[in-house]
Amino acid sequence: MQRLWWILLLLPGLLSAGEWSGFVEIQGRYFPQQALDGDQSDQLLSIAVQPEYYQRWDNGKQSLLFIPFLRWDSEDDERTHGDIRELIWTYAGDGWETKAGIGKVFWGVTEALHLVDVINQTDLIENPDGEQKLGQPMFKLSLERDWGIIDLYALPGFRERTFPGEEGRLRTHPRVDSDRAEYQSDREERHVDLALRWSHFIGDWDIGLAHFDGTSRDPLLLPVAGDSGEINLTPFYEQMRQTSLDLQATKGDWLWKLEAIHRSSDSDSYNAATGGFEYTLVGIAESDMDLGLLGEYLYDDRRDDATTPFENDLFVGMRLTANDVDGSELLAGVIKDLDDDAWMFNLEASRRIGNQWKTSLQARLWSDIPEDDPLFAFHRDDYIEFTVTRFF
Amino acid sequence: MKPFSVSLLLLLTPALTLAMTAEERGLEIATEIEARDTGFHDFKATMSMLLRNKHGEESLRDMRNQTLEVENDGDKTLVVFDEPRDVKGTALLSFSHKVGDDDQWLYLPALKRVKRIASRNKSGPFMGSEFAYEDISSQEVEKYTYKFIEESEYEGTPCFLIERYPVDPNSGYTRQQVWVDQERYIALKIDYYDRKNAPLKTLVFRGYRQYLDQYWRADEMFMENHQTGKSTLLTWKEYNFRTGLTDGDFNKNSLKRAR
Repeated sequence: MQRLWWILLLLPGLLSAGEWSGFVEIQGRYFPQQALDGDQSDQLLSIAVQPEYYQRWDNGKQSLLFIPFLRWDSEDDERTHGDIRELIWTYAGDGWETKAGIGKVFWGVTEALHLVDVINQTDLIENPDGEQKLGQPMFKLSLERDWGIIDLYALPGFRERTFPGEEGRLRTHPRVDSDRAEYQSDREERHVDLALRWSHFIGDWDIGLAHFDGTSRDPLLLPVAGDSGEINLTPFYEQMRQTSLDLQATKGDWLWKLEAIHRSSDSDSYNAATGGFEYTLVGIAESDMDLGLLGEYLYDDRRDDATTPFENDLFVGMRLTANDVDGSELLAGVIKDLDDDAWMFNLEASRRIGNQWKTSLQARLWSDIPEDDPLFAFHRDDYIEFTVTRFF
Repeated sequence: MKPFSVSLLLLLTPALTLAMTAEERGLEIATEIEARDTGFHDFKATMSMLLRNKHGEESLRDMRNQTLEVENDGDKTLVVFDEPRDVKGTALLSFSHKVGDDDQWLYLPALKRVKRIASRNKSGPFMGSEFAYEDISSQEVEKYTYKFIEESEYEGTPCFLIERYPVDPNSGYTRQQVWVDQERYIALKIDYYDRKNAPLKTLVFRGYRQYLDQYWRADEMFMENHQTGKSTLLTWKEYNFRTGLTDGDFNKNSLKRAR
């Protein structure tokens, strides 16, 4: 009976036609420095496709979104991969909303690092910046009240982080063997994670408080001997609890941002925070261009024992928005480790061509990374990336 | 007795008007414009912008707009972009205010991220067009001070020519001259003067239509930039009033659902 009810619910939607959109992109990456490992390649060519199907019915109350994703990579077998980014049904009630399926959720406010954002696993192989995410199976109930929005999540089914393969750059040495993932929970990837979030805005302030209890998206990487005796890193996914705060004050041309977390697991218990500002200079040099200046401080109280490279770091960046017909944008920034000489540079620029094409450029450089820094593995992996995207 | 007292009042009106200062009369006209446009509750419409540069090259923007009237404050608006394709699904939620900065959130569908954005920048181009955000946001009486200039006409229609001065120091304009239809109390043309008081843009409203027997909306708004030679034709279609929108259609959840 239960099953039949679902079909009846979806039927009207399946009968009326939805809409297709999406994109195809071709991407080239070039690594000017020789890799640490001779198996790793110096350049790659890659094609990705991400169609999107959307349908809404029942007076717009119900909708279905389906976003599959597929990438082919000329060098790295692991990077040739697919994912269901989203396959989710939404029901929007009066003052509440529910979602079921595979979805994507973003929490947080800062730019350099997203500490608070824990629902979706990182599709690391897509981009080392960690901004690309894998689809997460979820049930969500959301209540909209005068005093804010409460989101309740049940997350059945865990997604393992993607890691570059043997031939891929931007990987650890030795490499991570993602086929051998291990879990703290006996239920392994079937552990049901729970999350709760309250978010609200009061005048200039936007605030979010959240708690997550479940499998950590960030694995510990443990050296394990493989079948033929070689040492590889095995991802170990612990159970963890994280309580977080995200806060933004929007004061005229200033945005003040803070993300803070407390996370505890069997292996560790720690606090971390990222905070800073974005200040926008409007219409610089008598033009239509806006220049945003960004500064954020990244802290992790484990300091040298932190599993992230950002434990006492400063991010300084600028965002140039041309406000032109082509939507030209440029974001450039440096993250500097305040404990040693290490720094990383990041540049992202994009521009539209006509109504359906877009070109983007990305460059990342790592410099003076000491051997004990988690980023040391990338220190010869500076790269420049060029992407042409066709939207349809 | 009643008809008599009404006609007496009518006789007195011109005298009262004469006694007003130009500022008072300007404010009176602006107040009347707003009074006549109050009570629509909500509307939905599609907007398309045709951007043209001085070489005649064109570019298109398509978006959908839904607006909720808010009593004693500025309107709530949700705009969803359909074209160009790379920004499809991007949505902008604005709570405009009579006084002070508006509240604005931008939804970026690729990252599923809602960003509260600095709304102080109201003078910059909206989607690369010749419209600034302040040109198309909720027009509240309190956002300007006024001065009546003269009785004039625009394309044969008797008008009040008024000048208005933005209260917000971050406005891109020193002043605007507005030709207001004397009968319908709607703007027919606006001349914008930049921060140096030089003529910057002209906006012409075309194809006014009346909805619900009261509310006038133009089918087309044509904005021409005199300094750059660029222009934008904003076309409004599929106006629907009183569609039953509520506050619940203007929060962060509905912003993420918008598409």
